[in-house]
Amino acid sequence: MTKAKTPIILMAEDDADDRLLAQDAFSECDFPNHLLFVEDGVELMNYLYRRDKYADPKQSPRPHLILLDLNMPRKDGREALAEIKADASLRRIPVVVLTTSKADEDVRRSYDLGVAGYITKPGSFEGLIEAIKMLGKYWLESVELPE
Amino acid sequence: MYHNAQPITILMAEDDADDRMLVKEAFAESHIANNILFVEDGVELLEYLRHQGKYKDTDLYPDPHLILLDLNMPRKDGREAIKEIKANPETRKTPVVILTTSTAEEDILRSYDIGAAGYITKPVTFEALVKVVRGIEEYWIQIVRLPFKDSKESRK
Repeated sequence: MTKAKTPIILMAEDDADDRLLAQDAFSECDFPNHLLFVEDGVELMNYLYRRDKYADPKQSPRPHLILLDLNMPRKDGREALAEIKADASLRRIPVVVLTTSKADEDVRRSYDLGVAGYITKPGSFEGLIEAIKMLGKYWLESVELPE
Repeated sequence: MYHNAQPITILMAEDDADDRMLVKEAFAESHIANNILFVEDGVELLEYLRHQGKYKDTDLYPDPHLILLDLNMPRKDGREAIKEIKANPETRKTPVVILTTSTAEEDILRSYDIGAAGYITKPVTFEALVKVVRGIEEYWIQIVRLPFKDSKESRK
């Protein structure tokens, strides 16, 4: 299989605990990966458009996969998702929603905009770590990500 | 860990009879409730999704929650089929995962551009295929919340 050597995964998540858990889960993954974080939708869009502190492509490489929280301050994930999928240069990056929201409306709208999975965060830390591990395993082991 | 409460219907479009059989066997090895159905090319896939012709009966041919799509098929290929699925508001919510022998960079990029929810290169051995199918199930059935047409259905 032709795989990106070290896929870049960008996680947009405002909760520091969840960022830490994701870091733990991905560091235990059997496949090489590089997990980076932004903390809200404004930072996410600045990162993707290489604005401000994200101007250096070496420091802020284009991600192969985006993990997106829906409820974040400043610009939420719904808005960021719509912008990503409306941009011809960004839309090919798979976006997986990882959120506490169970609302059917969020599920339907996210798929309508083109997400590659919608995951409701399990309530426990262990559950969340396991879900992120399985997510990481699927995308890093089985799937060819777009360069 | 939680999973979708309803049995998940997976529809695979694949023209190769051997591959259909192998995928069916790989899914049968799983302990997760699922229902895998097959169509043999893009024309059949679109007819199925529109419940046209022999696919009128929605009990026999339920709307799929996930589509596995081969790219190289006769009559209408997967590239054409995914474009039509993603252009139609009735079908665009259903995630489409490409499962193909093609490793062409152009196919990977174009598939994601059109809205594929993953691109998997078919492994050559049955053992590796079982692993891929298990990965699809763990992700799409066990951890992902799939879109359901009837809102009551998506309750867990």
